[in-house]
Amino acid sequence: MANVQTNEAPRPTLPKDERVKELHRLHKALIRPELGATCGTIAVFVFFMVLAGGTQMFALEGVMNWSTVSAQFVVLAVGVCLLMIAGEFDLSLGSMVGFSGMIFALLVMKLGIPVWAGILLTMMLCASLGMINGWLVIRTGLPSFIVTLAFLFILRGATIWSAITFNRQPVVSGVGEVAAGDPIAWLFGGEAFTGLFQWLGQQGIIATFTKGTRMGQPVVSGIPMLIIWAIVFVLVGQWVLTRTRFGNWIFAAGGDPEAARYVGVPVARVKILMFMVAALCAAFLGIEQVIEFGSAASDRGIMKEFEAIICVVIGGALLTGGYGSVVGAALGAIIFGVVQQGLFFTNVESSLFRVFLGSILLAAVLANTYVRRMITGEK
Amino acid sequence: MAARILEMVDIRKQFGHIIALSGVSFDVQAGECHCLLGDNGAGKSTLIKTMSGVHVPSQGEIRVGGQAAHFTTPRDAMAAGIATVYQDLAMIPLMSVARNFWMGREPQKGIWPFRRFDLETADAITMQEMRHMGINLREPSQAVGTLSGGERQTVAIARAVYFGAKVLILDEPTSALGVRQTANVLTTIDYVRKKGIGVVFITHNVRHALAVGDRFTVLNRGKTLGTADRGHISAEELQNLMAGGQELAQLEASLGGTV
Repeated sequence: MANVQTNEAPRPTLPKDERVKELHRLHKALIRPELGATCGTIAVFVFFMVLAGGTQMFALEGVMNWSTVSAQFVVLAVGVCLLMIAGEFDLSLGSMVGFSGMIFALLVMKLGIPVWAGILLTMMLCASLGMINGWLVIRTGLPSFIVTLAFLFILRGATIWSAITFNRQPVVSGVGEVAAGDPIAWLFGGEAFTGLFQWLGQQGIIATFTKGTRMGQPVVSGIPMLIIWAIVFVLVGQWVLTRTRFGNWIFAAGGDPEAARYVGVPVARVKILMFMVAALCAAFLGIEQVIEFGSAASDRGIMKEFEAIICVVIGGALLTGGYGSVVGAALGAIIFGVVQQGLFFTNVESSLFRVFLGSILLAAVLANTYVRRMITGEK
Repeated sequence: MAARILEMVDIRKQFGHIIALSGVSFDVQAGECHCLLGDNGAGKSTLIKTMSGVHVPSQGEIRVGGQAAHFTTPRDAMAAGIATVYQDLAMIPLMSVARNFWMGREPQKGIWPFRRFDLETADAITMQEMRHMGINLREPSQAVGTLSGGERQTVAIARAVYFGAKVLILDEPTSALGVRQTANVLTTIDYVRKKGIGVVFITHNVRHALAVGDRFTVLNRGKTLGTADRGHISAEELQNLMAGGQELAQLEASLGGTV
């Protein structure tokens, strides 16, 4: 690496360009890729605080409810976000959620493989499928839209076929009992901080059951593991993207693959790895749902790929790659989760929520486009 | 006479039955700006790509520091100290100046798995190098898209120089620029040359070439038509050589000036 040359006289600097406007500090703090998603999140919370203020939605139990649903979106959105910034799509991720869950359940229930081994095998299989997706896109030069659309059908079909063939019905159940006591299954289901919540219940800080067999137990017994994972995914994703060399390569691969290749960025490797990461996020969600619900269903994950893409776009990412934010994608996922669960807490006609969701999407994307132009000087 | 850092000896390149280069001889010395002039289709792009390792010549020899060299990838050329700044592929507009500057060679700190992009060092050096080049950045996190075309070329040149280029190939750096930006890029070329780097300045604009060049080589129909030193050739002569005929001279007489 070249040394810093300090003893060198700088070329006479040009006079300050009067057209470069000094930016106000507040303006600078606001002009971030996450601005649209942040405003959207605030709007969604205000909306529901007004409409569902009298319901349980913002009580601890309600918060856990929509946080868990949001966390499902977050886990997938992190993978989709990184892949989209690297300049690619994966439409097969929803099918991957169903496929991974089904393969995992069949491995455990039909082949009698221990749960931990089933998890590892499923993860490896899905990572390989992600690699195949990526490899096909890179090698053929076809748009990832087409290649992964093919896998959307292939994987969904394979999921239903394997369920019917090996279990004679589209659902494989009984995984919950088998998973109990497994060394790593608890990482995917169940709750964390149960002791803390027990204590909070005893102190009367949080609500407890007042009758029935669980009398005295807190109503919310802990934080679902999925929420913990979602937070970990976001922190790791954001750190890798903005603070590491590899993160710079993700931006470069999506921003201009040719220019990146000229300066030695291994663009193909970065893109294929991102396909694998997205597939692993989908597999993680698939396995988590099987352990949580105790069963695998062949229709699980339908439309999830589009919902995840919407989350990521609300979060400020550019559909064509090279620009985006993991934190923004997570906020997009929270908007989605809150709106979806808000349906159950308010008695407003559900079709109106779609109008609301559509408006939020449009407003966030318009704000994002404006912000991006401010930052990048795009025309 | 200064040392020749890069020599191209009778380079020929064929793509199938199309002859793109049919005998190109060309050399670059340390600390000079060697202008390579040619009209569209003269073979400039092919020659650049041969020098930068994208194409392997069908015949002829490339010598770096007197030694024969065989470039099969752009990385080989880069390792030999030959950096190319392409007209429109130099920078990624969505990314910040610092991220572009270090792209592919990011400084790192910390121990795995916490090894990270040393943004503080990267930002500080980027700001300093940009100041040397006469560009006042608002901040290193400013996106390249907010810079003018001339400034983008300058960032790319600064990057190549910082990473130890001995020969800098500039592919039509001024062709898409306005007058003031062109002046800035030409000043940058002069600055880089004074640091002892050999600059290959590719252009079809005779006036830009004459403003900064030490030597001039004209490429026409895949052949070099010889090299002239500064002061030994006029704008009209260069123009006619590029056009490869007399038609332009007659045209010029009625227009009354250089094109």
